[in-house]
Amino acid sequence: MQKSRIESWLYPTDRGLYCEPGQFHIDPHLPVDRAVITHGHGDHARSGHGAVLATHETIEIMKVRYGADCAGSFAAANGGQTINGVAVRLVPAGHILGSAQIVLDWQGTRAVVSGDYKRSPDPTCAPFELVPCDLFVTEATFGLPVFRHEPAEREAHRLVASLAANPERTHLLGAYNLGKCQRMIALVRQAGYHRPVYLHGGLRALCDLYVRLGVDLGDLRNVTDSEPAELKGALVLCPPGALSDRWSRRLADPLTCYASGWMRVKGRASQHGVELPLVVSDHCDWPELLRTIEETGAEEIWVTHGREDALVHQIGLMGRRGRALALVGFEDEGD
Amino acid sequence: MQSFAELLDRLVYTTARNAKLKLLEDYFRATPDPDRGWALSALTDGLPLRLPIRKTLATILAPHVDPLLYRLSRDYVGDTAETVSLLWPDARLNEPPPRISDVVAEVSAASSREFPRVLESLLGRLDVKGRFALLKLLSGALRVGVSARLAKTAIAQTFGREVEEIEEVWHAVSAPYADMFAWLEGRGVRPDPGRKATFRPVMLAHPIEDGDWQSFAPQDVAAEWKWDGIRVQLSARPGDVRLFSRAGDDVSTAFPDIVQAFAHTQGVLDGELLVLRQGVVASFNDLQQRLNRKTVTGRMLQDYPAHIRLYDILFDGNEDVRTLSFIERRQHLEAWYERFRPSLADVSALVPFAAFAELESKWQLARENGIEGLMLKRKASPYLAGRPKGHWYKWKRAALTIDCVLMYAQRGSGKRSSYYSDYTFGVWKTPDELVPVGKAYSGFTDEELLRLDRWIRTNTVERFGPVRQVKPGLVLEIAFDAVQTSSRHKSGLALRFPRVHRIRWDKPVQEAETLDAVKALVPS
Repeated sequence: MQKSRIESWLYPTDRGLYCEPGQFHIDPHLPVDRAVITHGHGDHARSGHGAVLATHETIEIMKVRYGADCAGSFAAANGGQTINGVAVRLVPAGHILGSAQIVLDWQGTRAVVSGDYKRSPDPTCAPFELVPCDLFVTEATFGLPVFRHEPAEREAHRLVASLAANPERTHLLGAYNLGKCQRMIALVRQAGYHRPVYLHGGLRALCDLYVRLGVDLGDLRNVTDSEPAELKGALVLCPPGALSDRWSRRLADPLTCYASGWMRVKGRASQHGVELPLVVSDHCDWPELLRTIEETGAEEIWVTHGREDALVHQIGLMGRRGRALALVGFEDEGD
Repeated sequence: MQSFAELLDRLVYTTARNAKLKLLEDYFRATPDPDRGWALSALTDGLPLRLPIRKTLATILAPHVDPLLYRLSRDYVGDTAETVSLLWPDARLNEPPPRISDVVAEVSAASSREFPRVLESLLGRLDVKGRFALLKLLSGALRVGVSARLAKTAIAQTFGREVEEIEEVWHAVSAPYADMFAWLEGRGVRPDPGRKATFRPVMLAHPIEDGDWQSFAPQDVAAEWKWDGIRVQLSARPGDVRLFSRAGDDVSTAFPDIVQAFAHTQGVLDGELLVLRQGVVASFNDLQQRLNRKTVTGRMLQDYPAHIRLYDILFDGNEDVRTLSFIERRQHLEAWYERFRPSLADVSALVPFAAFAELESKWQLARENGIEGLMLKRKASPYLAGRPKGHWYKWKRAALTIDCVLMYAQRGSGKRSSYYSDYTFGVWKTPDELVPVGKAYSGFTDEELLRLDRWIRTNTVERFGPVRQVKPGLVLEIAFDAVQTSSRHKSGLALRFPRVHRIRWDKPVQEAETLDAVKALVPS
């Protein structure tokens, strides 16, 4: 059977990436009848769709974030399914709990839409699974060769060491509320930190969900329920936006930490007034992006969001066809 | 090198002075000779390595990075040294990372032809923080927010000394300061500052406060004019004349005319550096043309003639006179001046007065006469390092005030990082266009800060990162010492020493000052 040209059945529209024979969108940013969702981050999973296909964990995350009725119906992907003749399989992406790559097989051609993904280990989610394909759709959040993430375990050790060295200062760690927050808690637990971890109100619901889904995060407490004296020298997590907001005034002499891939660049870290930047990301760094592109064997690579220009240039240097999709609605600030 | 790299990395992100001192002290305590000495040198005067680093980097980077990817990376990062440190391939060899002393040794031994290879080899043995530290070391300026004085303070605190003790010996020692560390650790004698023209810690004054006037009688104090220049110390020995800033930085190369004028003298003198034309003190702006220059042209020497107004003496020849009283030192100073008669210098005149009322009437003429104010010095006081209480007072001329409109607010740092505490204010260029004329961070109480912070959050019209633009709606009465012309600001003006004097919650913004009115305050 002759292979079909991929663009004829999978292409970007103003609502997001669309699979024509399957009649569904992947991570659409506007409401659609049928959506397949890679993972629970707000720029990928939105409310208001008709039917949603996603992993069980992603569906639970969407319900916590948007309410139980945020879509007409939910179907949890289990193994493979066929939608209007297109074989659709959800395979772990290693990005956050429940994150999946969408593997599409249609008339002998295979496309993998990876969503966001990473290759380094993460105690809070299943590892990335490599699927050879003809078309690989990748993100490029850290699509510049300056981005090489540090081993996350080492960064967690730096945080634990700083907690020990500054027992009088509250360590206020800014971390994205879904994924990064829970991963950082799991990492400091692995690094031997077993004291209570205190949470900003905006982090509680998703931490509880992680625990419910079987991720052990140890003793978690709410900042609002705690005496100021208790917080002295403690580890407190908050969303990045709260780091230098009025909320932090209740903490005595806080030492501001921020866990993000952007912390690799000093200018970005200083901009946030961060005293202890931790280079921990849930996205691929540059070498991981290149390695993954290489290993999928895909001849054609589409780049969804991030620093497309540099990555598309590099894909050309690697002798493959690269294309920037310029999809609207994706953000790269969250990590 | 690894621990030094970690130190620099932490310093980049640390804003609080005490936290910086702690990091520095921990480093100096844990690091052996000679590495800590080289680190200290890098933090103070800069390592004595001068190399074509920029050109070399371009050459050695080329085989590793595609030019377009380099350009995109450089644009994103914004700093060449940091970009290269991030891009350089991580070491695969099992070679141990170099120590700072290895870096100094390898680089100083390399010819300019060998330098690229040496640099490549060093980069290849370091991790990303190490590479950043290496490139900062070699490019001269670390820019990690540590002044030479802060580094010396850290050394002093590490070994339980006063920073003045470090300053006393500083110009008698050189990197990596093995003799100084030996002395600090009680293993060796104090380096003798007597051999060279060295800096001695200066004595500083307090602003006079209302309560101070009761503590002395008119006959107890001497008064001098306070000139608007920069405080300097001239240290002269046969064959070695140096000019130091009050922080101990050697500024001699920018003032060869002064060095020449004192070549035949011997002693250590305290005074004000000015630009003087036909006996008239020029503006501070004129003096600024001569500051911070590595070389000076003959033209500059002619257009901006430097002069020192001497007001104290620390060493008369070889004799330490610091323990003598002000009056006795003054006699030494006058006799010293008569003996050497250096050109480009005079002795600061005493301002005679019988009663404080008489002195006050003279003080009130200060602004009109282009003088910053008066200095009051106790006649019985010895010359004491630092800022001792109850000896010297500065009595600055009364501040000017103007009503300005708050335009932008920026978050502070440290304890103030959740408050909008840094204010940019402007005046009306036209009835509906404001132009910024300055920035103020002080002059308000904690309660006022809370109220300002709330006002700014509810009146924001736009946000640029940590900065908020607010709608014109709040008048700040700004106190300042003087207005200067400035090419750096859009308004063409800059205020000296601005601070918030009062917050005029009541005043309509239309009644704030106009740009023309502020321009009229520039001294002609």
